[in-house]
Amino acid sequence: MLMTERERMAAEIRTLADKLGHSRTSLIPILLEIKRKYHRIDSYAMQVTGDLLGIHPVEVHSVVSFYAFLGEHPQGRFVIRLCRTISCDMQGKERVRRQLENDLGIRMGETTPDGSFTLEWANCMGMCDQGPALLVNDRLFTAVTPEKVHEILEECRRVFGVHAAESKEVHLV
Amino acid sequence: MSPIPTYFAQVPEAGLKAALQADRPEIISQISASGLKGRGGAGFPTAVKWNFCAAAQAERKFVLCNADEGEPGTFKDRVILMEHADLVFEGMTIAAKAIGAKEGILFLRGEYSYLRGPLEETLARRRVNNLLGRNILGTPLEFDIRIFMGAGAYICGEETALIEALEGFRGEPRNRPPFPVDTGFLGYPSIVNNVETLAWAACIMANGPQWFRSVGTEKSTGRKIFSISGDCAKPGVYEFPMGITVAALLREVGGENAKAVQIGGASGQCVPARDFKRTIAFEDIPTGGSVIVFGPHRDMLDVLENFLEFFVDESCGQCTPCRLGNRKLLEGVQMLQAGTCSMSYLKELCALGQTMQVASKCGLGQASPCAFLSVVDQFREEIMGRTLIHN
Repeated sequence: MLMTERERMAAEIRTLADKLGHSRTSLIPILLEIKRKYHRIDSYAMQVTGDLLGIHPVEVHSVVSFYAFLGEHPQGRFVIRLCRTISCDMQGKERVRRQLENDLGIRMGETTPDGSFTLEWANCMGMCDQGPALLVNDRLFTAVTPEKVHEILEECRRVFGVHAAESKEVHLV
Repeated sequence: MSPIPTYFAQVPEAGLKAALQADRPEIISQISASGLKGRGGAGFPTAVKWNFCAAAQAERKFVLCNADEGEPGTFKDRVILMEHADLVFEGMTIAAKAIGAKEGILFLRGEYSYLRGPLEETLARRRVNNLLGRNILGTPLEFDIRIFMGAGAYICGEETALIEALEGFRGEPRNRPPFPVDTGFLGYPSIVNNVETLAWAACIMANGPQWFRSVGTEKSTGRKIFSISGDCAKPGVYEFPMGITVAALLREVGGENAKAVQIGGASGQCVPARDFKRTIAFEDIPTGGSVIVFGPHRDMLDVLENFLEFFVDESCGQCTPCRLGNRKLLEGVQMLQAGTCSMSYLKELCALGQTMQVASKCGLGQASPCAFLSVVDQFREEIMGRTLIHN
C-alpha cells in the first residue's frame, strides 16, 4: 500500500474512532465500517485500530478472524452471500450456486480477479419462507432462480460502472 | 408477504402508559402472573429474570434486546421488527422501568442490516414523541435505546456471547454463573430478552395477565409467533396458542402430508409423522418458533448433513465436545450416506452426541446433537444399509 494511502486510511480510522468511541465496545462497529469501505481489514488497519482503542493488535485480529462479516482477506465490491441452510437448500439453492459460479467464473469463497464480486455462503439469513435467498452487500434478494442470477449481476455491474472512477463505497440503489 | 399476527395489534403505547402508572414490583408481578416465558426458545420465566435484575444494586443497568435471530428456519423476529418495531421498543422501555435501567441496546444481526434504517427512524420518532429520552411521558423515567450491529455469528444469539460481542470480543460464551442479571454488559446487571418476549410484555401490560394466560397450557401460557418453512403450501409467519398439536399446525399451513417436522430449528428435534399428535409447548416440544416441514420425498440424511455443516461452521470452537463432536457427527452422516457406517459405530456416535449434550459449555453444543439423535432414533430403517445407488 502506498504511504499516502496508509496515511489516509489511518486518518479515516481515527475519524471513525472519534465518532464511534475510543473504548473497546466500539471495536466491532469500527471494524464493520473499515470493512465496508476497504473491503478488507489488513494488518495495518488492525494495528491502527488497536493503537486508537488501547489494545494489542492481536486482540483486534482475534475479533476480525472470528466474525463472518469481518475477516482480513480482500473481498470484492459486491459480496454475494447465498444462504445454504436447510429451507433455502430445499428450495433449490444448489442450482443458484452453480449459476453464480458459472456466470462469474469463480467458486464459492473466491473473488473475481477484477475485484468486483466475491461469492460466499451464508448461514440462515431468516428468509426461509421465500428462499433461495441471497444478500448483495446490504440488499436482499428472495426466491432467486438460476435465470434471475444474470439480472442481479447485471444490475451490480451497472451500478459499479457508474461509480467506477470513484473510490467511494458503492451501494446498490 | 407474511400474514401480520393479528393478536399483536393493540392500542399504541397502552402497555407503556400502564407501566408508567405502576411501580416496579407491580410490573414484575403482572408479568409473573401472565406466566410469560422466554420466546427465544429457552423458556426461562421472564418475570424471574427481571426480578433478579431489579434486585441487583448497581450504578448502571442494561436492557438488551436479542435480535440476533440465527436459528435455521426462524424469521419471526425479522417480521416483528419490520411490522411491530414500536411494540418491541415499548417492551424494552417497560423492562427498563421494571429493572431500573437507563440504557437499552438492540443487538441486530448483521444479516438484517437493511432493517437498521427503518429502526433508527422509529427510535428517532419515539424520541420526538417523548417515548424515549428524559422524563418519558412526563414521568421521572429516563431511558434510551441504541442499535448495535452484529458481525455475522450464530453463537451471538447466546446471551453471554452477545454480551462479549457488545464489549468488543470474540463471541465466545461465558461460564454461567455469574448470570447477566448480576454481571452482564460491562459487568453491570443486564437482562437479555428476545424480540418477541419484549413485544408480548408490552401487550401484557396493556391487556392484563389474564388476557394472556386465557390461552395456552398451564405451563406454557399465551400465544406464540411461529416461522413456518419447508414443504408446505403456505409458509410464513403465524400466530398460534401454545400447546397446539403438530397436526393442527400442519393443517393450518397446508403441510398435512409431511413425513416429519423439525421443531426448534437445527438445534431442535425432528418429529416423525406418527408423533404429530404431540403438542408444541415448553413441557412437550419446546421451540423458539421455527417449524420446518419435510415432505414425503425428503432424505433425512441430507437434512442432517445440512444441519451439521451449519454447526461445524458456527461452533465458536471454545470447547472440545462441540468443536470436534459436530465434526465427528457430520462425518458419521456422510458415512451413513455412503452406506459405510456399522451399527456399532452408529452407537458410538449416539454416545458421543449424549456426551456433547452434557459436556458442552453453552446451548449450541448442548443442542446440536438433538437432530442427529432424533433422526437416528426415529428413522433408523431409512438411514441404515444405504447403497450408492440410493444416493
